[in-house]
Amino acid sequence: MHYIEPHAHMVSRTTDCYQSMALAGCVAICEPAFWAGFDRASVEGFRDYYRQLTDYEPKRAAKFGIAHFCWLCINPKEAEDAGFAREVMAAIPEFLGCPTVLGIGEIGMNKNTRNELAIFEEHVQLALDHDLPILIHTPHLEDKRKGTRLTLDALAGFAKLDRGRVIIDHVEEHTVRMVLDQGYWAGMTLYPVTKCSLPRAVDILETLGTERLWLNSACDWGVSDPLAVPKCGLEMTRRGHPADLVRKVLFENPRRFLAQSPRFAGNFVSEASP
Amino acid sequence: MLLRMLSKRQIADLHFLDARCHLIDLAAFLDRIDRHQGEPDFRVAALKAAIPLLLAEHPERAKAILDALSDHPPAPIPAATIQGAFGAPTSAL
Repeated sequence: MHYIEPHAHMVSRTTDCYQSMALAGCVAICEPAFWAGFDRASVEGFRDYYRQLTDYEPKRAAKFGIAHFCWLCINPKEAEDAGFAREVMAAIPEFLGCPTVLGIGEIGMNKNTRNELAIFEEHVQLALDHDLPILIHTPHLEDKRKGTRLTLDALAGFAKLDRGRVIIDHVEEHTVRMVLDQGYWAGMTLYPVTKCSLPRAVDILETLGTERLWLNSACDWGVSDPLAVPKCGLEMTRRGHPADLVRKVLFENPRRFLAQSPRFAGNFVSEASP
Repeated sequence: MLLRMLSKRQIADLHFLDARCHLIDLAAFLDRIDRHQGEPDFRVAALKAAIPLLLAEHPERAKAILDALSDHPPAPIPAATIQGAFGAPTSAL
């Protein structure tokens, strides 16, 4: 069964991961801009990173028949230095014309600070100015609930925002309803220990249905599994859910959201996949 | 497309041993903490405070535990002093 991985940090993964994902049926990967594991020292450091996302990673993915797309931003951890963040954000439009850039992401909160909130709102405005979809990160662990509320309250201030073009990622049981109830898409991240497990993700699907929900691995340089999405498809099958429902969650839902970016709709064609 | 729902027995067949393992791991973790020296840790206190929620009669135990392990003050903080998170509320520290 073909699937889409809508959130993976392939800059931190080896080529073996691309091969494994291709063998597992992955046909497209979307990679949001994120923290390197350290704070980058300059705007040029971010330019180099954006070049890697828009140029090298698509080439690396293509060797395995996988279409690679990306989202651009300055990540929440580095948004605390608001002055520096604004300098980085001024460079983002240079890359928005690249053929694999889908939108602005993954923006959001980290420790739920005033500066993070200000930079988040400026990113939302940037997305609106360029008519782009938005991918939002919600904070880790004890910060997630508060960060999700701050995110939703901030988004409510943008009257022209199309909520159907916004996905709020890394939801868990205590945040998923507040995201879906306000008309946004919600992403469940299958990341060991600190985020959703495979059985819990299927529990959420069984409880809330499959509309406006996607699965992702958010695999990165930590202990994480680039095959978490197809494994969750297997978990759905173990629970007795039909193949067409598994395909809906693993392929049709991300395709439907991502196709709101003309870059995805134009580049990616897999309508006849099994 | 409809979700198909298994019976309680079938769900137990799939997941009981995993849940049993996690419960034993949790118990062993608390034993391990007791066996070692040092000051009490706020994270362990938060974990112990959340454990009774497992026995609630309503079906949203996971949500209740996540809420119990969350920071709740609504306003953004003035500035970040760290970049990471702990897994237990820090607002009372």
